[in-house]
Amino acid sequence: MMKTPLLSVIALIAVLSPPAAAQTPAPRAAGAPKELRVGIVTLLSGPASSTFGIPAKKAADAWVEKINDEGGIGGVKIVPVLTDEAGPGDKVVAEFRRLAADEKVDLVIGYISSANCVAVPAVAEELRVLTVLFDCGTTRVFEEAKYKYVFRTAAHTGIDGIGAARYLLAAKPDVKTIAGLNQDYAWGRDSWEIFSRALRKLKPDVQVVETLWPKLFQGDLSAEISKLLTAKPDVIFHSLWGTDLASVNSQGRVRGLFRQSLVIHNNSAFLFKEFRDLPDGFVVGFRGTHWPDVPDPARNPLQKEFIERCTKKFGEPCGSPHGSYHMVQALQGVKTAYEKAIKATGRWPSVDDVVKAFEYLEFDSPSGRIAMGVGGGHQAIEDSLYGTVKLDPQRNQNVLSSVRVFPAKCVNPPDGVKTLDWIDQGFRGAQCP
Amino acid sequence: MSAGLTFTYGVVRILNLAHGNLYALGAYMGAWLVLGWGSSAMPVLSYLLLFAAAVFIGVTAGPLIERLFLRRVYGKEEEIQILLTFSILLILEDVIKLVWGVSPLFADKPYIYMGHVRLGGVDYAGYPFLLTGIAVVTGILLWLVVTRTRFGKVLVSVITDREVSSALGVNVPRIYTLAFTLGAVFAALGGAFTAPMFSVVPGIGAEVIVVSFAVVAIGGLGSIGGAALGALLVGLARATAVHLFPELDLFAIYLIMALVLLFRPQGLFGQVQARRI
Repeated sequence: MMKTPLLSVIALIAVLSPPAAAQTPAPRAAGAPKELRVGIVTLLSGPASSTFGIPAKKAADAWVEKINDEGGIGGVKIVPVLTDEAGPGDKVVAEFRRLAADEKVDLVIGYISSANCVAVPAVAEELRVLTVLFDCGTTRVFEEAKYKYVFRTAAHTGIDGIGAARYLLAAKPDVKTIAGLNQDYAWGRDSWEIFSRALRKLKPDVQVVETLWPKLFQGDLSAEISKLLTAKPDVIFHSLWGTDLASVNSQGRVRGLFRQSLVIHNNSAFLFKEFRDLPDGFVVGFRGTHWPDVPDPARNPLQKEFIERCTKKFGEPCGSPHGSYHMVQALQGVKTAYEKAIKATGRWPSVDDVVKAFEYLEFDSPSGRIAMGVGGGHQAIEDSLYGTVKLDPQRNQNVLSSVRVFPAKCVNPPDGVKTLDWIDQGFRGAQCP
Repeated sequence: MSAGLTFTYGVVRILNLAHGNLYALGAYMGAWLVLGWGSSAMPVLSYLLLFAAAVFIGVTAGPLIERLFLRRVYGKEEEIQILLTFSILLILEDVIKLVWGVSPLFADKPYIYMGHVRLGGVDYAGYPFLLTGIAVVTGILLWLVVTRTRFGKVLVSVITDREVSSALGVNVPRIYTLAFTLGAVFAALGGAFTAPMFSVVPGIGAEVIVVSFAVVAIGGLGSIGGAALGALLVGLARATAVHLFPELDLFAIYLIMALVLLFRPQGLFGQVQARRI
């Protein structure tokens, strides 16, 4: 008889209690707007959409929901305004103007394509719109220009090539000959330049025996693979993606390319879906420490929560870690910068207040602690993660083995130094374990 | 692919830009069928599925495009024909995205099943040899159809003079539909059987049509033998350039095309045609 009233009381308390997350809503800052409109620009169509764009969109959905569940930023809920990044540069710039003028967004988080990250900042400055580049890799953005309203919360591609060179020398210190297979456009050219220059600085006797430049999305790489098989380099470095990456994996595997040479790939989020089919001994690298089980999500509550939220919302993790984790980094950076600015001003901050708070900011993310360490405090630095694909016979599936994480200050130049200059200067000041 | 493009042009006299996306449809359908029903227990089934995909796409999309669209622009200005086929190319691109989405399809099992052969100290995949065989057999069959069958004779008469053929009782619109369908099957066959070599993504149709035009321009528009020779020259030019001057691999293809067009504007096997007034 006693059970019924007791249970009723407990049930009543449970019903009357708000959800845990809403118990301590963020206090609403003075002068706060009704909502914070955030333009989210990512590739929703085209060849890079499935690897980067869609995972980033899913991550934005999941993480905006989390921030709003917890009361928003300074008590203001985020309203995302989603836009497709696909299309030529002039269309992307026009879309940016539309977001600012018609959609009246307070800030924009976006851009996977490096070309867009070079094109958009000038307009962002002109319109004085806070813009957070979340994923693109080119080193040019802050090494060749300065911007007030533009930030990038992910590392640039410098760490891909430098991390690859450092890993290679650890895994195969006796390397004598290398070859490059990279797509013939800025990404392929930059990737090879950084890697080969870094490796030759670290080991000057390494010889480049072949450099091949297939056209982007050429698909059939038979001729290139034949050339690499006859050149017999100790190591093949490539940065292929899309259909070319699938081709070299499939064609190279059948023709013994991976048995003949150690193959190293510098931005292997592209290989997320194909990971289970990759050949043994293939070296893969990641811009940031965010492979699903490396490091262990249990050690980072935000990473654990991110995986759980995605799985709850979509039935699986948000997809390739590169785009998805970088999107969350951007949202975490924005949230932390706004909260810091609110604390500093005691009211809802102006865009200039947020900019001031964002510079040299450090914040937590599912990828660990991120520091806006270079580019005058506008460019993040991240650790570089490399590992070797190994078939685990017990589980009969591929695992990432011989993992090495190079700390951000080991693979990124100091503030104010350009990546290639830093390499040429012998990585002065690098803090490597 | 190029044989289909040149064959279609030879009969209906339309430079079909949408041919690239018939190739893409074949690739998507082939990859989709292999991923769904291909089995490592019975590898031959995968090849049959690729063939079935090509035939299905050819005999459904081919007549549909010809009857709904192309039939309305026969004999009209080339600009209108090119604009129409370009529109069809764009429409098919979106149809592909609607049906299969934007994620790549990767069905490389038929490629892997064929293993490799060692020639001159270098391993070569077996699958491209299969593709070469299919191309040769397809070319021979096409040649036999055109030169040894009643349909071929009727086809040649329509190509030579549509009006006289019609006056002699040939059902010209039907021949056009059949010829276009055959061209569509060739395009889809090319797509389906090259699909296992790389991931199938939106946009592959537009990519392949550019090289196909180079092939048929070298060989001569309307010439099947020319398409075969053009394909051979383009393949050899690329492979040679990759081995000797990797920076110039694409340049080599278009250099050959430019030289051929400079000295023989109608292509190697193309015939100069008198203007009909």
